[in-house]
Amino acid sequence: MIDALQKAAVVAATLAVLAVFGFFLLTDPDLDGTGLERPPGGEVDLANGETLFWAGGCASCHATPGREDPLHLGGGLALETDYGTFNVPNLSPSRDGIFGWTTAQFVRAMRGGVSPDGEHYYPSFPYTSYARMTAADLRDLHGFLMTLEPVDGVAPSHDLAFPYNIRRGIGLWKLAFLDGEPFAAPEGMDPLLARGAYLVEGPGHCAECHSPRNALGAIRDDARFAGGPNPEGRGFIPNITPHETGIGGWSRTEIVELLASGFTPEFDVIGGSMAKVVDNTARLSGEDREAMAAYLLSLPPRPQTPRD
Amino acid sequence: MTLDPTRIAAVTGLALLLAAPVALAPVLFAPGALAQGDPIAERQEIMKGVGDATRTGVRMVRGEAPFDLDAARETFAVYVDAAERMPGLFPEGSESGGGTEAAAVIWEDKGGFEALFVEFGERSAAGLAATTDQASFQAALGTATQSCRTCHEQFRVDN
Repeated sequence: MIDALQKAAVVAATLAVLAVFGFFLLTDPDLDGTGLERPPGGEVDLANGETLFWAGGCASCHATPGREDPLHLGGGLALETDYGTFNVPNLSPSRDGIFGWTTAQFVRAMRGGVSPDGEHYYPSFPYTSYARMTAADLRDLHGFLMTLEPVDGVAPSHDLAFPYNIRRGIGLWKLAFLDGEPFAAPEGMDPLLARGAYLVEGPGHCAECHSPRNALGAIRDDARFAGGPNPEGRGFIPNITPHETGIGGWSRTEIVELLASGFTPEFDVIGGSMAKVVDNTARLSGEDREAMAAYLLSLPPRPQTPRD
Repeated sequence: MTLDPTRIAAVTGLALLLAAPVALAPVLFAPGALAQGDPIAERQEIMKGVGDATRTGVRMVRGEAPFDLDAARETFAVYVDAAERMPGLFPEGSESGGGTEAAAVIWEDKGGFEALFVEFGERSAAGLAATTDQASFQAALGTATQSCRTCHEQFRVDN
């Protein structure tokens, strides 16, 4: 005779097995096909690759700290966050970096957040934004990175608290928050605005810092670009929507100025992590800065995220 | 009660004396006057002055305003003054409040923080001496304002 207790034990054990099975099923890096599209062939445009390198801000995180050389991509920067410390990996074409990566592997990493070894990347690497990039642009960026100086050295592993240290679990996060849609300009969108939207939402990944996140670490859509706590430490990242608590009242020229020289309309000089961002945007073309400014001014005005 | 002139004078005098603090309050407690004892407000005021001077300078460099040698030198004079006064305005107890964007690392690395003001002061003094025309002003202004960025990147948090 099977009594109720035995029955319950069987049910619990079955559920546990199903849960483990389900977890592995749902967190399989191959479950989501973002970035698995075949990269386009054709000639690599290195100049375009370099533009995307600056637009993407790769150097801000991957440049070796203390070297003052944005093309020396040895990694090693420690990002202190609420989840623990992320140690930025080597992005140079060295065996400790991305040497030997195919374009397809690179596109998969940038758009799908999956490494060539088939592991999830943590979204501290902003692939949720890079997923908007076109495969042709990523092919060019990959080509450009491969022309840089190889730097040896492997950064330490991330040092994260439980349960964030379970890398496989990122699969669930991606299921919930990685839509993987490449950028497509709405029909009839002004070309300057479309370029700006691509740069801001895709490679520029502006929303990653300038938006608040929910309890699960995903950007809150209702407050996108409305500012939020600094994900990398103290302070507050400002609202960049054209609301009076953000950049309302700024002219396009003033935004372009900030992206070119770091001067705000009050002639304050931008600091914090944005200083390194301006190092990058300063190297874009004037038209690209114009495009980014035009797009930011076209965003829905939102009141600044309250500070708690 | 008699209304003799002495009495009228005395009452008027008293009334004036009593009213004085009320009438003078806006002057005594004006932001500028208050700043004397408030390091956070004072350093914000100085930095605002630096921003204003930079605007004047940059506009001349870009040809948005006519080049004026005295105004150009005044920009560096404002910088030199700021570089001298700022390091002394970060006493213990002024780490927070008043909308300050001072980073905690200022109090952990006073040496590094103050060294940047020494550098800023030296670059500005050199700029003051070297500025004779628009070209020399432009070069010197570019050098001096590099200090702004270095310091803001390391020692300021946005709030």
